Amino acid sequence: MSVIAEQLSIQYGQTVAVDQVSFEAQAGQITVLLGPNGAGKTSTIEHLEGYRAASSGSSSVLGLDPITDHRKLTKQVGIMLQQGGIPTAIRPRELLQQYAGFFPDSLDPEDLLARVGLTDRSKTPYRRLSGGEQQRLSLALALIGKPKVVFLDEPTAGVDLEGRDLIRSLLLALRQEGVCVLITTHDLAETERLADKVIIIDHGKVIAQGSPSELMSATSSDHLLFGATPNLDCAALSAAVGSQASETSHGEYRVEAPPSPALVAAVTSWLAAQNIQLTDLRAERQRLDDVFRRLTDSSDSTGSTDA
Amino acid sequence: MKAIRSQTRTELALSSRQGEQLLVSLGIPLLILVFFSSIDLLPTGTEEPIDFLAPGVLALAVMSTAMVSLGIGTGFERTYGVLKRLGASPLGRGRWVMSKIATVLVIEVIQWVVLISASMLLGWSPPLSGWVCAIAGALLGTAAFSGLGLLMAGTLPGLATLAAANGLYLILLLTGGMIIPLSELPAPLAAVAKLLPAAPLAEIIIGSLTVGGSVASWAWVSLTCWAVIAPLAAALLFRWE
Repeated sequence: MSVIAEQLSIQYGQTVAVDQVSFEAQAGQITVLLGPNGAGKTSTIEHLEGYRAASSGSSSVLGLDPITDHRKLTKQVGIMLQQGGIPTAIRPRELLQQYAGFFPDSLDPEDLLARVGLTDRSKTPYRRLSGGEQQRLSLALALIGKPKVVFLDEPTAGVDLEGRDLIRSLLLALRQEGVCVLITTHDLAETERLADKVIIIDHGKVIAQGSPSELMSATSSDHLLFGATPNLDCAALSAAVGSQASETSHGEYRVEAPPSPALVAAVTSWLAAQNIQLTDLRAERQRLDDVFRRLTDSSDSTGSTDA
Repeated sequence: MKAIRSQTRTELALSSRQGEQLLVSLGIPLLILVFFSSIDLLPTGTEEPIDFLAPGVLALAVMSTAMVSLGIGTGFERTYGVLKRLGASPLGRGRWVMSKIATVLVIEVIQWVVLISASMLLGWSPPLSGWVCAIAGALLGTAAFSGLGLLMAGTLPGLATLAAANGLYLILLLTGGMIIPLSELPAPLAAVAKLLPAAPLAEIIIGSLTVGGSVASWAWVSLTCWAVIAPLAAALLFRWE
C-alpha cells in the first residue's frame, strides 16, 4: 500500500482539524479525498506531504514516516499546493528547469511543458498566466521528479473546461503508469469521473469510503426516483402503482417501494397513459451527489458542488 | 552540487529582473559615488572626496545586497509559499542556504567590480596592501547583514520586511560612517553607531583602503559579534510559513 493513514488526528491549538482519520491509497489508483471546504482535506494531505505533524495516530508514505523521513520522501513524492508556491516573476520553462536540477533523474522540462499545454507560454512570467495555466504549471512541477506518489490539493480549482480535460487525461496517464495519485476536491462531477476510490471527509472525520459504485449503492434502495412534468396527480399515481408517491421538489417524484421491474413498469405505463414525458428515472443506483448531500447534510454542513 | 547550481541560477535570474533590487544594489551606490565626488558637499575629511566615498560605497554595496535585497526577496518568497514549496523538493534547507549565500556573493562581486572601476575612473588609487583586510571585512559584513535580512524575512510578513529593511538601510546609510564620517556625528550617536553593524564595516573597509589608514580594533570586535549573532538568531527564529 503506497499511502496509509491510521487513526490520524491533527490539532491546531484547541481545534481538531482531522479526527481519527483512517484510509489507504494504492499505486495505480486515483484516490479522492472529497469534502466541503474546511473539512480537513488540506490538513490531511499536508501531513502526508510532511508539513503538519499529527497529534495522534500514524501514517506512512511508501513505507516511510512522512514527517521524520521527509528528506528521503522528497525524491519520490510530487506535490501541488492549493495555492502559491511559485515566484511571481518566474517563467514556466525556468521553473521546470530549476526543479529538474534538484532530482537525480527528472522528466525533460520541454516534454513536460508540451504535456501540460504550456509550450507557447514558456517565457511568460507566472503572474501573467491565467488561473488555469498556473494550475497546469503547478501540476507539471509535481511531476518533474518522476514521483511514485503524487499529492494534489484541489488540482482543478479555477481551471476552465478545456484545462480540466487536460488535467484529467494527465491523471489517468499517471494511474496507467502505476503512480499512486491522491487528490482533494469538493467537486463531485470530477470525483465521479476520476476516482477509483473516494474518501468522504466532513468535520475532520471520514464519513464514508469506497469505490464510487460501492458508495452509490451502499444503501439498498427502498424507493424509486423519477423526474417528469411538475404538479402530477400523486394521489392518482399512488393508487395506480399501489405505493405512496410524492413530489419531493418541482418535477421530482419519489415512490416508496423497492424499485422492482414491476414497479418501474407500473409507473411508466401510468405516465404513458397520460402521455407525460419522463425526464429521468433512478432506481437502485444513487448519484454521488445524493450520497454526498445525504452524508454531509446529516452532519450539519454545507457541501459546495460547483461542477 | 547540481541542485545548488540550479537554485543559484534561478535566484540570480530572478534578482536581475527586479528593477528596485538593481536600483538599491547598483543605482544608489553609483549615484552617491559620482554625485558627491564631483560636488564636494559632504564633510568627508579627505582631500579628495573620492578617497573616502569609494571605500564607503563598497561597504554600502555589501549592506544593500546582504540585508535589503536578500531580506526583501526572501520575505516575499516566504509570503508567497515559495519556501514552503521548495521544502517539499529534494533541495533541502542546507543547500537552500548555500544557494542564497552564493547568490549574495556573486551579486557583491559584480557590484564591487562596477564600483571599483567607476571609482578608479574618478581618480581613486587605493593601497594594494589593504585589499585582504577589506575583503575579510566584507565577508564578515555579508554574514552579519545576511543574518539581519533573513531574520526580518523569517519573522515578519513580506510587506513589513520591505518597510523594515528599507528603513534600517536608510538609518544605517546615514549613521554608519559610509558616506558621512562618524567623527561628524554627535558623540552619543557615534557611540551607538559603533555598536551597530554598519559603522564597523565601513571602518574596516575605509581604513584598509585609505593610503596611510588603519582600522580601529573595536570595528573587528563589533562586526565579528554581529557576524555570529545575526545568522544564529535568524537560524533559530526563522519560520518557513
